[in-house]
Amino acid sequence: MENSNELSDSIITQNLLPKKFGKRGMLWTSILVAICILGMYAYYRQLRYGLVVTNMRDYVSWGIYISNFVFFVAISLVGSLITAIFRLINVEWSTPLTRIAEIIAVSAITFASIIIVVDMGRPERFMNLFLHGRIQSPIMWDVIVIGTYFFISLLLLYIPLLPDLKILLQQKDKNPNWLNKLYSLLGSFWIGSRLQIALSNRAIQILCILIIPVAFCIHTVTSWLFATTYRPGWDSTNFGAYFISGAFLVGSGGVVVAMYIFRRYYQLEKYITEQHFEKMGKIVVLLCLIYLYFNVNEYLVPAFKMKKAEEKHLNELFTGDFSTMFWFAVIIGMIIPIITLIFKKGRKPFPMFIIGSMIVVGAWFKRYLIVTPTLLNPFLPMQDIPESYKHYFPSWEEWAIAMGSLAGVLLFITFFARIFPIIPIQETITEENAKHK
Amino acid sequence: MSDNSRRDFLFKGLLASASLVGCAEKKNPFDSEENFQLTGEKVKLLSVTGEVIEIDKAYLKPVPDMPPISNEEERRGIPGKKFVMVIDLARCKNLKKCQSACNHMHQLHPGQSWIKVLSMEDSDHTAPYWQPTTCMHCDEPPCVKVCPVDATFKRQDGIVLIDSDRCIGCRFCMAACPYSTRVFNWEEPILTEEVAQKHYSCESSMPQKKGTVGKCDFCPDMTRQGELPHCVSSCPNGVFLFGDMNEDSVTNGAETFRFSELIKDKAGYRLMEDLGTKPSVYYLPPVNRNFPFEEGLENARPETTE
Repeated sequence: MENSNELSDSIITQNLLPKKFGKRGMLWTSILVAICILGMYAYYRQLRYGLVVTNMRDYVSWGIYISNFVFFVAISLVGSLITAIFRLINVEWSTPLTRIAEIIAVSAITFASIIIVVDMGRPERFMNLFLHGRIQSPIMWDVIVIGTYFFISLLLLYIPLLPDLKILLQQKDKNPNWLNKLYSLLGSFWIGSRLQIALSNRAIQILCILIIPVAFCIHTVTSWLFATTYRPGWDSTNFGAYFISGAFLVGSGGVVVAMYIFRRYYQLEKYITEQHFEKMGKIVVLLCLIYLYFNVNEYLVPAFKMKKAEEKHLNELFTGDFSTMFWFAVIIGMIIPIITLIFKKGRKPFPMFIIGSMIVVGAWFKRYLIVTPTLLNPFLPMQDIPESYKHYFPSWEEWAIAMGSLAGVLLFITFFARIFPIIPIQETITEENAKHK
Repeated sequence: MSDNSRRDFLFKGLLASASLVGCAEKKNPFDSEENFQLTGEKVKLLSVTGEVIEIDKAYLKPVPDMPPISNEEERRGIPGKKFVMVIDLARCKNLKKCQSACNHMHQLHPGQSWIKVLSMEDSDHTAPYWQPTTCMHCDEPPCVKVCPVDATFKRQDGIVLIDSDRCIGCRFCMAACPYSTRVFNWEEPILTEEVAQKHYSCESSMPQKKGTVGKCDFCPDMTRQGELPHCVSSCPNGVFLFGDMNEDSVTNGAETFRFSELIKDKAGYRLMEDLGTKPSVYYLPPVNRNFPFEEGLENARPETTE
């Protein structure tokens, strides 16, 4: 933190304490709440009339709920990258980003679980997964690893929060009463003794190691929901690595966007510096290149052979019905970010924010392209069915629910940043002090 | 009074033994909590031992609808059987009687069907033919592999069934099935009142349930009664042959063949053999056809001929 050498402990604390919503904050929150309510109304309609309110039918039996699920699981992987991998390889500059990454991870994985229940035809039978569960089904693997990932991520969010809760509790007079109650409920036992610090460091260390294989599992298993079937476009041994590389990319894009917004909105320029964007930019460009590499493997190798079943599917992506979306996802989500970010100017905060948003949007459409076109290219011809079964475009209920879940993730993050310091206060102070010694 | 309760005892005991054995009785048959208003009108009945007995009409009540066999038995299958179907493509002219019979008997949602008659053409210069497509009842069923709750399962008689009372509606099986044979109850099924009130049975797949998956079930409810599946008996051209591989015979009702010989003589094959799913449905190639392909066109939905 080279440009902030004059920071005393109390200034850091003052700067980083959670702040009340301003006007823009209220507007932002109410828009998100409105979208969520619309999504809930759409889900009420789905519960009442059945999945018929969606435009999924017998051929396209999975739609944007599932692509949204894949998107959420993907974006949640960033928690493990920035908190765990960076910590283990001693990347010190990542400290101000860890909590942003971890809250993205926790809220995304929460809504991944919600959206998968929304996709179920009989959500009230959810318990059957435990009463009659069969371990041979990739869905069971997903239930297990996503559950595990959720709890590890939650702990990785919570344990580093404890010293900050103590700081928050020291400022009791400034917080509303209900927040004080919440803080003491969560962290009043933390006194910051040497033993507690040693214990928490040890716990974080163990969790950081644990979360890496679990993170790889959640997205590999999610890719296997597709790769364990025979369908062209899904029947690929490349899928696990392809999904994971894409997941790290979209998650990092998401973190960059969040960094920029928090930095501007909370005036955190001293903590999230241009250096952070510069360094994240280099990481994002690396992840982009890796993802591009797996995309080449995923599309060009089958395209070289053009097996009969693959041919229709690939043609539809390259030049057919889905070509606009396909090239949009490739160019917006990979090519332009790579070209922009290899230049130093492209790694400035604002261009990075734009690129981060492009990566996230491109990634969302990429997930749509992974799910839907394949289902429209079955082995046996689609005949003898109503015309509406041969196409898919999400109904308003599906859009409302999908957007509602996205708004839900953002709302989660917004509320979190309202209640807790989005940049770890104690860790920042410790690092500052260490630097001046 | 003592006379009355004795008769009560006898009759209810009789009813209990006459009612379906093996069903879990919810009520104790000897429990005479209900008050009967005797009508004085007597009815003659034949007991199980062959005696003619007489009871008051007040005791007559319909036997409550009970599942004929337990869910456990339905999941196990019919012992000693290995069901197999042979579809003779040389005989099919897209009449779709199979489809309408199946749709009618299973009260499928309009527009959906468990049997589809596909217009196939393997490559640009080969002859087109009609291919009725049912569930393949694979011996290595991809749908069963992926089901997280054992709602779709493989029975010892080779049939792959769905338990709609257990299905959570995740539709993974639909994604996994390479034959696209599965359909989903996207909305509340339209059922006749009689069917709607019935107990659900995996074997009859009735009544269909909203939010669950359905598919061709090889009509095990019919086979249990020694009858042929609806598609087999409804086809006027004898396209479908159904039977037991252990007995090595298949029949369409009119003709019966030795399964192994039929497959050998007519070069039977299965769909997508390369996937390793091992279907229980065999096809006989469309050679020496009974009808020209074009005769089926009039029955095709307009888009089929595009």
